[in-house]
Amino acid sequence: MSRVLSVENLGIGFRSEGQDFTVVRDVSFSLEAGETLALVGESGSGKSVTSLGVMGLLPPPPQSRTTGRIVLHSGDGDIELLDLPESRMRRLRGDRIAMIFQEPLTSLNPVHTIGDQIVEAIRSHRRVSRAKARARAVELLEQVGIPDPQDRLGTYPHELSGGMRQRIMIAIALALEPDILIADEPTTALDVTVQAQILDLLRRLQKDTGMAMLFITHDFGVVADIADRTIVMYAGQTVEEGRTGTVLSDPLMPYTIGLMNAVPRLETAGLKRGDLKTIEGFVPDPAALPQGCSFHPRCAFMQEGLCDTSPPSIEDAGGGHMVRCKRWRQIGEGRET
Amino acid sequence: MLTNTSPPAIAEKDRRWITSRPVRRFVRHRLAITGLVMISLIALLCVVGPWVLPHGMLDIHIRDRFSPPGTETYLLGTDEMGRDLAARLFMAGRVSLMVGIAAMVLSTFLGAVIGLVAGYFGKVIGTVLMRFTDAVLCFPQIFLLLVLAAFLEPNALMITIIIALTSWMEIARIVSAEIRSLRERDFITAARISGASHTWIMFRELLPNTIGPIIVAATLTVARAILIEAYVSFLGYGIQPPLPSWGNMLNNAQQFLDTAPWLAIVPGVAITLAVTSFNFIGDGLRDALDARSDLQ
Repeated sequence: MSRVLSVENLGIGFRSEGQDFTVVRDVSFSLEAGETLALVGESGSGKSVTSLGVMGLLPPPPQSRTTGRIVLHSGDGDIELLDLPESRMRRLRGDRIAMIFQEPLTSLNPVHTIGDQIVEAIRSHRRVSRAKARARAVELLEQVGIPDPQDRLGTYPHELSGGMRQRIMIAIALALEPDILIADEPTTALDVTVQAQILDLLRRLQKDTGMAMLFITHDFGVVADIADRTIVMYAGQTVEEGRTGTVLSDPLMPYTIGLMNAVPRLETAGLKRGDLKTIEGFVPDPAALPQGCSFHPRCAFMQEGLCDTSPPSIEDAGGGHMVRCKRWRQIGEGRET
Repeated sequence: MLTNTSPPAIAEKDRRWITSRPVRRFVRHRLAITGLVMISLIALLCVVGPWVLPHGMLDIHIRDRFSPPGTETYLLGTDEMGRDLAARLFMAGRVSLMVGIAAMVLSTFLGAVIGLVAGYFGKVIGTVLMRFTDAVLCFPQIFLLLVLAAFLEPNALMITIIIALTSWMEIARIVSAEIRSLRERDFITAARISGASHTWIMFRELLPNTIGPIIVAATLTVARAILIEAYVSFLGYGIQPPLPSWGNMLNNAQQFLDTAPWLAIVPGVAITLAVTSFNFIGDGLRDALDARSDLQ
């Protein structure tokens, strides 16, 4: 497998009303071809901003500041995305890096047929004839599992269901065979059954094309289903990272544990009321982060004098399982006994 | 062989167009249809009228001057020089309607582009453009027109341009407001994500979504442009005789108001009919195209 994307020490801040907010701090990860990496976290943890940073879609300075490096390893050498002028970045967008997101219902232009939208997506990056692009559109619709693709080209978005529209979005994203697909909660707005179909589809397409996927979600069910590796983010930082199996079965950061306890489970639902644990409190305001570990005010394992003094650094708990917690050893031992 | 033959694709498309919701809503709007019929009739008369009438608009029949409507071959009577009023009315209609429609096209284009750019870019560009729009809007239109008309040679083309230059602001504001809300929609984010340029997003993604409000405003602009042309010509700064327009026919008529009232009534009714018809059509289109009911 070859590496397609490296993010090193990414920091993203915004300036609003004369105040600076840092919303992503020192995030590093890499993505291999054919691999799926999940970014998990609550709203406001910085996962979507990270993906916008990779797409180069953050507002221009001075409204936002980006530090660190984002490197795209493509066929024609390494490209430093953060140094790239907008005109070249635009050519990469939708071509080498594609993205699908949460709202399939509103992500298609209501006044153009879906055929036109796919054809234009292709022709905005490649010099191909309309007929050729149309043929490719039919092929793509077939690939994403839309029946009668030929007839569907002439339909308008409002004639299709949510699941269908997300399939169209996927078809558009895949039109140019990108190296990287960023999926920002692509199934959140869909029914559970449709959700499973879309995940299946993404998995199958990934196998066929060998693209890397950066999957942003807050749903651990989805993570378990699709991700090879998982990064848990909190207040703009990576707090836990590792192979999905390891992170889910053996979480060492109290935040991950809290998130997993907050997932409703079929076995316990209705049997023991009040069993569903939530994490008290909210994600801290990026302008006023707590001293020490940014999670300590909400943490069940908080130890005074340790967690509220200096920020924890990220440590390797073995086998690439990275944890940002001063007490991960005790937490790990506590589980074993 | 009568069963199971699928209709050809074009027929399918046609049927969809006819039964589409906006079209049905428009057809059901009685006033709008009345307006449409009236305008079509007026336009038809203006096109065909001067050919079929027995007298030309410039033929002077001094002995028949001030004939009331219905006299012999003079359908609508004659004026102070014995020229056939019907012939002049229809010829004037050509001029007035043409000026109105051309001014609408020009001002709609101008307003739409300014509104689009202002709404899309926002910030400094948007603020400057919209404040400029507000500033132009602050001038009393009629004085601006008269000042411009006094300096420029008053022919039909100039009048059209002047009217367009003083009536694009409303469309600019409508479009810019519309664009400001549309540009935050997900499909615009999606377009940016797939690498679309600013020009592409503005003209291909955003503009087609504002076509409803633009059509409505444009229709109402025709009505207003016709009225404005009438004012200006009435005041003597517009279309110059002997070329007739509805406005300068009124101007001519005022001195004979007590002796030959039809000279004022006939072009007056024509203006009223045309303007109200366009307004009705505009209202009907507004209801039919109400973007919110169709844009999901």
